[in-house]
Order: sequence, then C-alpha cells, then structure tokens
Amino acid sequence: LPLSLSLSLSLSPSPSPSLSLSLSLSPSLSPSLSLSLSLSLSLSPPLSLSLSLFLSLSLQEIMKWNGWGYSDSRFLFNKKGQAEFTGKRYRLSGLILPSLKDWFEGTFGANLQHRSPATPSLNLSAVAPPHLNQPFVEDLKAAGLSVSHDPEDRVFRAHGHCLHEVFALREGRIGRVPDVVVWPSCHNDVEKIVELACKHNVCLIPYGGGTSVSSALECPREETRSIVSLDTSQMNRILWIDEKNLTAHVEAGIIGQDLERQLNERGYCTGHEPDSMEFSSLGGWVATRASGMKKNIYGNIEDLVVHIKMVTPRGVIEKSCLGPRMSTGPDIHHFILGSEGTLGVVTEVTLKIRPVPEYQKYGSVVFPNFQQGVACLREVARQRCAPASIRLMDNEQFQFGHALKPQVSSIFTSFLDGLKKFYITKFKGFDPHHLCVATLLFEGDRGKVLQHEKQVYDIAAKFGGLAAGEDNGQRGYMLTFVIAYLRDLGMDYYVIGESFETSVPWDRVLDLCRNVKERIVRECKERGVQFPPLSTCRVTQTYDAGACVYFYFAFNYRGLSDPVHIYEQVEHAAREEILANGGSLSHHHGVGKLRKEWMKASVSGVGLGMLKSVKEYVDPQNIFGNGNLL
Amino acid sequence: MLQFYSWVLCNCECNCNVLQLKNKSLFSSYNGSSLHPMLKKRDDFEDILEERRRSSDLRYALRCYTPTLYRGLVPCKASMLKSIVLQSDHLQYVIKQVSSESGESTEGVSEEASLILDEMAHCLQLSTIRFFAFTLSKAFKRLFRSVCVNEEGIQRLQQAVQEHPVVLLPSHRSYMDFLMMSYLLYTYDLPLPVIAAGMDFMSMKFVGEMLRMSGAFFIRRSFGGDKLYWAVFSEYVKTMLRNGYAPIEFFLEGTRSRTCKSLTPKTGLLNIVMEPFFKGELFDVNLVPVSISYERILEESLYARELLGIPKPKESTSGLLKARRVLSEDYGSMYVYFGHPVSVRSLAEGKINRSQYNLLPRYIPQKPSADTHEFLSDAAFRLVRIQEENMVLKPWVLIATLLLQNPDGLDLSSLAEQTDWLRHLALAFGAFLDWPDHEACSEVVSCSLALHRHLLSVSAGHVQLSVTDVPQVETTPEEAVFHQAVVVLSCASYRNQILHVFLRPALLAMAMQSANSNRKDDVYNGFNFLRKVFSNEFILCPGDSVQDFEEACYLLMKRGVLQVLEHEIVMSASGHSTLAFLSGRGVAVFSDHKRLILLRFEMSIFCFLCAFVIMASGRLKCYEALSSDLQKNALAAFLRLKAVRKVKV
Repeated sequence: LPLSLSLSLSLSPSPSPSLSLSLSLSPSLSPSLSLSLSLSLSLSPPLSLSLSLFLSLSLQEIMKWNGWGYSDSRFLFNKKGQAEFTGKRYRLSGLILPSLKDWFEGTFGANLQHRSPATPSLNLSAVAPPHLNQPFVEDLKAAGLSVSHDPEDRVFRAHGHCLHEVFALREGRIGRVPDVVVWPSCHNDVEKIVELACKHNVCLIPYGGGTSVSSALECPREETRSIVSLDTSQMNRILWIDEKNLTAHVEAGIIGQDLERQLNERGYCTGHEPDSMEFSSLGGWVATRASGMKKNIYGNIEDLVVHIKMVTPRGVIEKSCLGPRMSTGPDIHHFILGSEGTLGVVTEVTLKIRPVPEYQKYGSVVFPNFQQGVACLREVARQRCAPASIRLMDNEQFQFGHALKPQVSSIFTSFLDGLKKFYITKFKGFDPHHLCVATLLFEGDRGKVLQHEKQVYDIAAKFGGLAAGEDNGQRGYMLTFVIAYLRDLGMDYYVIGESFETSVPWDRVLDLCRNVKERIVRECKERGVQFPPLSTCRVTQTYDAGACVYFYFAFNYRGLSDPVHIYEQVEHAAREEILANGGSLSHHHGVGKLRKEWMKASVSGVGLGMLKSVKEYVDPQNIFGNGNLL
Repeated sequence: MLQFYSWVLCNCECNCNVLQLKNKSLFSSYNGSSLHPMLKKRDDFEDILEERRRSSDLRYALRCYTPTLYRGLVPCKASMLKSIVLQSDHLQYVIKQVSSESGESTEGVSEEASLILDEMAHCLQLSTIRFFAFTLSKAFKRLFRSVCVNEEGIQRLQQAVQEHPVVLLPSHRSYMDFLMMSYLLYTYDLPLPVIAAGMDFMSMKFVGEMLRMSGAFFIRRSFGGDKLYWAVFSEYVKTMLRNGYAPIEFFLEGTRSRTCKSLTPKTGLLNIVMEPFFKGELFDVNLVPVSISYERILEESLYARELLGIPKPKESTSGLLKARRVLSEDYGSMYVYFGHPVSVRSLAEGKINRSQYNLLPRYIPQKPSADTHEFLSDAAFRLVRIQEENMVLKPWVLIATLLLQNPDGLDLSSLAEQTDWLRHLALAFGAFLDWPDHEACSEVVSCSLALHRHLLSVSAGHVQLSVTDVPQVETTPEEAVFHQAVVVLSCASYRNQILHVFLRPALLAMAMQSANSNRKDDVYNGFNFLRKVFSNEFILCPGDSVQDFEEACYLLMKRGVLQVLEHEIVMSASGHSTLAFLSGRGVAVFSDHKRLILLRFEMSIFCFLCAFVIMASGRLKCYEALSSDLQKNALAAFLRLKAVRKVKV
C-alpha cells in the first residue's frame, strides 16, 4: 500500500509535523513513488508543499469504501457489452475480456440489463455520532498520537470483506462503527494506548489491512463502551535486517507487498504470499495464522516467525532471545498466533528471510478429471517434491479461468489456442466438462528448477496429466488476485458470492469436495435460488497428511427478498458439511465471529477453556473486546 | 390390533367381544359425523399384464433394454467388482487382522476371502434376465388376473436412480417378490437390482445359479462372529453402492412374513448401505420402500402349516417343480407400489453426527455407536411403516376380519352390511383400500368369497370359516383341530394385513378402558404400557409413543368418538352409553389381559401336544394362539419386560 504514510498525516485532525513524523516519512515514501506512476505525480512536489496535499488525501481516495481494492481498478461491462478491467495496476488492467460476458450470463443466468448498482457514496448522516470517552481522547492527544473521529475513517475500519459486510455498505446501511480511530507509529505508542485504554476502560480493536473474511472487524453489538480502532498502518518500517542469520525485524503494520518489495530491494524476500498480500498486514498474518501460496518452500507464518512482540493489558509479551527453536514449555508464540486481536496488539516481528530466487517458472498440467488430479497431487506430496506452489482447479474453475482470457492479438495465437484445444479434447479424448488443471510455480536456481519441473511432470504423466504451458499457469494465479474484484462486478448484476476454505486428510479430499459442492447446490435449490449456483473448488496447498481446499460459491439472487440471509444459510450448511466430512473449521481464514459457534466442537471443551483462561489472565477487563474466536 | 388380543381373550374367558362393542361405538358416531374420510394421496395403478396379454412375450424378452443409469456410475463388470472388493483397504485391513489373530498366513486368509466372495457374488447376465422375462410373463399371466404398478412411483424411481445410488426395500410376503421386482424393473427400463438372498436358494441345483445370473447374491443366514465374512459381505455391498453399479435390493424384514404382519425390521444391512453416507463417501443414498401386496398369497396354506410347527420345506429344485400345481389356481391381483424415495441424508439430519467418523481411518471397521443404532432402528421402523401404509387392501381383508370375529359365522346380508361399515371406518383411518367402483357391496363380498372359497363354507346364506378341501373321513380330534387351525391362521393372515390401520386407535381404546380415570396422562401411561407389551407383535417405533398416542387421539376424535381436552380424554356425548359400559368393564378387561399374558406364557413353555390336548378338549377355542409366531413374540415380549428369565438347563 504505497500511500500508507501520507494517509496517516491526512487523517490526523491536528497535524503536527513533528520531528518523529518527518523521520517516519522517508522509508515508506520512496517505494511508493517508484511503484505507481499515477500516484507519484501527486506526490512529486517538495515535501513541505505536499503536506497540505496529504491532508486532503484519505484512504478512500485510492481504496474503494464499499468494495475490494483500489478505486481505479474494477471490472465493468463496456457499451459493447464486453468486459474490461480498468486501471493500470495489474496484468489484466486495460484489457478486454471477450468471453467473460457469455460465461457470466451462462453460469449465473444473469443479464446485463438487470443491474443492481451500489449506493454511489457514503451517506454521512447514516453514521451514528461517535460515543466518545472524552478523558481517553484527551489523554491520547496529550500523548501526541494521531486521532480521528471522522465518519469516513470510522466506517472504513468497521468492516472486513465478508459478503454481508460489503453488501450492507453497497446498500448504504451502516451498523455500529468504531467511535475513534488512533494511529500509533511505533511500539511505544501502542504501549501508551493500551495503558490509557485500561485506565479509561475503552474497547480496542486492532486494525491491520482490513482484509478479514470472518467478521473479525465487526463491532460487537453488545459493546457499550467507546470502541477504538487501533490502526497499525503507520508502524510499517523494516527496523533491521540481519544477513548473518537471515532474519528481518519488522513493524507489524507493514503491508505484505511493501514488505516484499522493500526486502527485494535488498536482495531478500520472506516468500510469504497470501492471496491478500496486496493489502493485508504482517500483524494480521500473525493474528490469524496466515498461510502463503509458496509455503512449500518458505513455510506458513508460524514457520516464518522467530520472535514476536505483543502489547497486552498485562504488559509486553516476548521471548528473551532469537534462538531458532526452544523447549521452554508450550510455545508462547502459539498463544499469539491465531489470537485474532483478542489478547493484544502485535507490534514487532522478527521473520526469517531468504535470498530472492534466481529463477521462477510457471507451469500447468491438464488432467482428464478431478480424481486423477487429486491423485497426482497426493503423489507429489508423498514424494515431498511439491513446487513452491501447486494448485488443482476443478472443471468449473478451469472454465472460469478461461473466461478471463484477454483478447488475443494475433490470428496465430488464436490458431494455436484452437490447436491446443483440439489436441486435448479430440486427440487425447479429454472431456471438456470433466478435465481440470493444476497450476504450478517453481522457484530456485535455474538448473534445479528445470530438474524439479521434469520430476513433477513425470509424476503428472502417470496420472494422465498433460503439460499445458506456462500461460495457463500464470492465469490461474492471476485469478486469485482479481477474484475479489470480480465479486464486485457480480454484485452490480444481482450475483453475490464468497470463498471459504478448509483443510482435510488426503483420503477425504475427493469426498469432501464433491459433497460440499453438491450440498451448496442442493441448499440453494431448497431456498428458492432460481438458477443453479456456481459451486467450485480447488486444492490449493498440499501437506504430508492432507490438503487445503478452497471453495468459491456464488449465485444469482434475482427474485429473492433477503439474499444475504440465504447466502449465510447456505454457507452455514456448507461449513456443517465440511465438518461432517472430516474437514477443519479453517485452514487460514480464521474463526472471527463468523465461525465461533463451532469452536468448542473443533477444539473440545477443555481446549476452549484453556484459551479462555489465557484471555482471562491477559485481559481481565476485556479491553481487546472484538469478541472473536472465544 | 386389539381385536386380535381382545378377541382371543374374550373367546376363552368371558365370551364377550369387546372389540365389537368398540366398533359399534365407532359406528354410531360415524353416522352422526360429517367429517370427510381421511384420504391419503396415492398414485393410480396401471396393469402391466394387459400389455403382456396383447403382444408377444418373446419379442418383449428380446427387446432393446437401455436402462437409465446413475450419473456418477463407474462402469465395471461383475468380475472387476470382485477384484475391487478384494483389493479394498477395508478388506485388506481385516485380512491382516484375521491373519495375525489366527496365525494363518495372509495369503491363506486372502484365499478364504476370495472363496467367500465367489460363493456370494452375483453375476448378472442380460441373457438370463431375458429368459426370466419370457418365462415369468407366461407364469404371471396364468397366476394373476392383473399385476398393478403405480407408474408415478416408477417415474420417481427413474429420477432417483440418476441422482444417487438407490436401495430398494420391498416388503416380503412371498418368494414371488424379488422375481417380480426384477421383472418390473426390466419392463420399465430401469437398472436391474442386485438382490441379497438367503443361502438356502443356492442349494437349489441350477435354479440357484439362474438366480445368481439374474442378480441375486447369496448371504449366509448367520455369521455372527465371522469377521472375515462380514468384511467381505459389507465391502461387496458398499462397493456396488459407492460406484452406483446397480440398485441394491434387500428385505428389511429379513425373511418372508408368514403371518402377513410386517416383521420387526433388521438393521444390519441397513447399516451397511447407510455407512457410505455416514462416512461421506456418498452424498446421499435413496431408499425406496416398495409395498407388494397379493390378493391371494401363493404360499398361503404353507405358511399356516409352518406356523403350526411343520417345518418349512427345504428349497429344492424338485420341490419347485412339484409346486407347479399352484400355476393352475387363480391368485387374483397383485399390487406393487413404489413409495417416495427416502433420502438417507434427510433421515439422518440432526440425528447422526457424522464427524464421529473423523478420527479413524475410514477403512477400519467400526461398530455403530449407540446413537447410530437408535437411528438405524428408528429409520428401519419408519420404512416398514411406509411399506405398510402403501399396501393395497382388498375387500376380502375386511371380510376375513369379520369372519374371524364371528367364529360361528354370519348371514350374507349382515356380512355385507358390516363389511360396508368397516370399509368406511378403514378408509377414515387412512387404509389403502382397493374397492371396486360402482359395484354393490353384496356383489363385492360374493366376489371375494368366491376367490377364497377354499377357506369357507357357505350354506343357506350363512358364511363360516371351515375346512373344505380336506376329505371328511374320520379324523382324530388332533387332526380336526389342526385342519381348523390351518383355516383360521390362513384367514388371519389376511386380517393381519389391515391391523396396522387400526392398531393405534385400538391401543388407545384399550388403554381408556383399563385406565382408572379420564386423565390424559393416565390414559397415556396405559397406552404406553400396551405399546411396550405389543412391540414385538406390531410395528411400533420405539421412540414414537407420544406421536402414536396423538395419532390415535386424532383419528378417534375425528370420528367423533373422543374429545381430547387439555388434561382429559372423554368419550363424546354420542358415545356416552358405550363409555359408561366400557369404563365399567375396564378393570376386568385389564386383569383379563394379564391373565391372557400368563396363559400365553404357559403355552409357550408347554410343547405343542399340550396345547393340542387343551384345544381338542374344547376348553380353548383360540386357534391363533397355536401360531408359533405369536408364541415367539409373546416370549420375546416377556423377556423384554422381564416377566420371565432365561435359564440355561
């Protein structure tokens, strides 16, 4: 997020460009300039001048207030009825996607004539006036912290990206929002805020990148105290890099893409790439036990952290050294990882880093059917030779991905495409309604990558897989970055949807995928959804003992009076089905408030009791009262 | 119903027919009430023999057969099926387990498993099916006037077969049942079922193999502790189910019901076909209850004899040939009603926690947990009740009921009158009665009497149950009793077909008579006690006592016999005199009932001869008490209620 710094300035009602502020400008400003040309224009004037400019800037000007991602990037159907993706940020930006319309209309029974546009702008009068704890706010200001109770700032931090949250915003419905937003700029600021919060008994809700999909950011309805959103976006510096031990010490508010880019400039990377990495923050990853696409090489967040510093109402929790592994009782990191903002604020994290890989290569394999594909992934996992990323899309998702193919520029390419299609469906006899695609990403030094690639393709061949080129692979990964934008497009035309995930032992993968998809279809039918829904899945991660499965679910809600409620009922049923088929409650999205009801069944009464007693000790006043998890 | 017992009781004790009184009370109220009879919506029937009589059987047997198939079907041959079963994780696991327990080599155990499978497996062949299609067409046309099928049910089945694997659950009254099922499915272009059959058939030379080739697979009657056998068997059934190979067909009741009452269902096979759903291997399984009813059962007198202790003739080919005689008789109509498919998923909704299977690899066999057990038995009962509800009842069933109640016989005219009355009552209670339209009641009655003339004697307008086809030479008293008992039990098997309609109201009426007050909970307790006593005898779901009670109240209330108030149940004004009489007798009836229980108890201890002596001496006129089925059930009930104990001698 290139503008994170400028935002903090604009947001503070009493901007006092103190020394500490101008210092904090330097590390994050230059990368943002280099990243985005369009923004650099507005930032190019000398700093002294631009200060007033910063003041007028707010987060909502580059980010949508009622949808996913950047304001300049969105899908739309142009006057010719062709889909295009606006902006300049993505590979797909500015391109025409000729087959998206047919896919969209065919899959959902949607019609471009039937529009369901969003409320164009936030109606400020719909936002309840802030319930301020005046002495607390004054103490914050006295401590020199940036504070705001501007309605737009508050609304922006009152939600994540669950369907019901975004749907309500599009309709202009605003529920309970935080009363105050505060921007600490370092660990000490956080300590001060938490201390004051305890003193004045206000509720703190930490806010990182705002990409939650578990209702974790929703203000609990029953909360009567003043709710304070603690926005970590200003704590975004890499504090040091230790090349001897290959670790970096980073403030927890840093956004994924900034972290990766800044490390890249020094020749390093963390390799942690969750699908939300454009917007999600390091602290958020820790708090939800995030998982990255390339975990096969770099590990998930719990494998990456060496040291965590968290501020709790009891004080600061951290380990005394940077030893790579300890036998000192239960790992205290595991109380923090996945605590979802219920215990405190993660302020600084020491992470493992790796040299940037010399070579990267995408790839893809077509399988005659999903069963063969899963069998292949299982074999790859058994031989422990998974590439950085290996994902298997089912047939519906393969077709979805295909619909996002941009207009081909030359006759030659289209001829080639036709030939490929002919080879696979006619010559090899794959049924276009059953075949599925695995997308691959290899990383490392060139020689090893090529060797590795051969090994994986050889295994695939045993399961009837055919190599299908780099392009298909890359498009597969692109789908994950633009899917949330596509949801916004769908919502313009009476289509709502969402994704959810689980992890499951290998022997149950196929049964779980089939049953959950069918359950979704059946539930939709029973609840009066007119058209069959899109119900599709992919296997996104492989482990020794199982896999992570990711579902997309969307339907056309024309003719339904309460679509969101129906959506929630279906998702609820789908989750029940997952649990009944041996799947976990969540692989990486977390529990939040959305999946809380199943926590006890998931971790046993004793397990839940343990977590509750930790909460009881760490935060007896329930200062971190977002109500997640427990 | 109560009929059964109270009638037995009254004959031998007090010569007073309680049921008749009750019926009269119902009768009087019927005239006064304007309520419409409860009509359940049921499909219409289509006679399939009509077409057979018009066109060539040979062409029919050779016609193009292209059944609709399960959409998820993985096509495979019967031989392929065997190797899938033998290679399955489940069977491999059990083989290793058995081998380590017994010390035998795994190869040896595998060999054994393979032999079991060879003995068991079907090898469905279309040519055999065609052979059967031809011969059965001939046979059915001779035996039956018509074979009626609800075609809407067939359409539903067609739909169900495509969606999810299907399990067919026909009722079992005759050997004819499964032949008829396969015949029908062939006729309607549905996939042919594989049928779980008892090993007894396999011992029939040639015929056993024919059945195997027409889709039967054979299971031993008992294999309690044999782990390997159970593993092979369950894996075989599950494999066929999982890949949608063919509909599985088996009989919930386990065996043919000799009494025409539904038998307490068995849950073993039901568990096997549900487990793939419990363990998530299938999204759903469709259970299709099928009710097959006969106007006249082929094995009629055979059953009565069996019930009287003459062992079932062993299945043999020569026996079958001897039985050709049946071909020359008229067996009236036959009805096959395909019920609505019951989804296992919706049955299990909220009752089975499927995550209980999460922590053990699925190939390791697991004994069903207590709640699974409860669910299985509940589901089995429900399915049998659906079978019962869709059984077609012929007028003869009503007549048999009345004749059994009047052992001294009835005049034709009063028989017709009472039959008509009973018909309305039965309809009001939801019976599926096939009553010819636009025909006078007396006409219908005489038609029925004609079909079943071998059980009756009609002289001078007086109808009575009696022995007719036995030469009237000198017989010992024992033989006379025996012959009379055969007639009574044959007749009872028809009456039994309608018991399920009257069962619940009758239990309520009986409970009201015996209760000390009108208080609802008193009546309910009595009702509940009776349910417990009779649960071996009738299909009464163990957990359904409140539901059954309410159903009974509702039915009697609708007929205007009762008024159900908040805490009390009272006889309504129209039936007040009856109420006074019945409640006056209540105590006596109840103690009589207990005495009956004791009586039956004694009889089940003493051997048959004893009973015969009692009978012959004329002290006891209750032939039905001679039925081994009744005795077995009574003994089981006493054991269950802890009235008697098993002592090993």
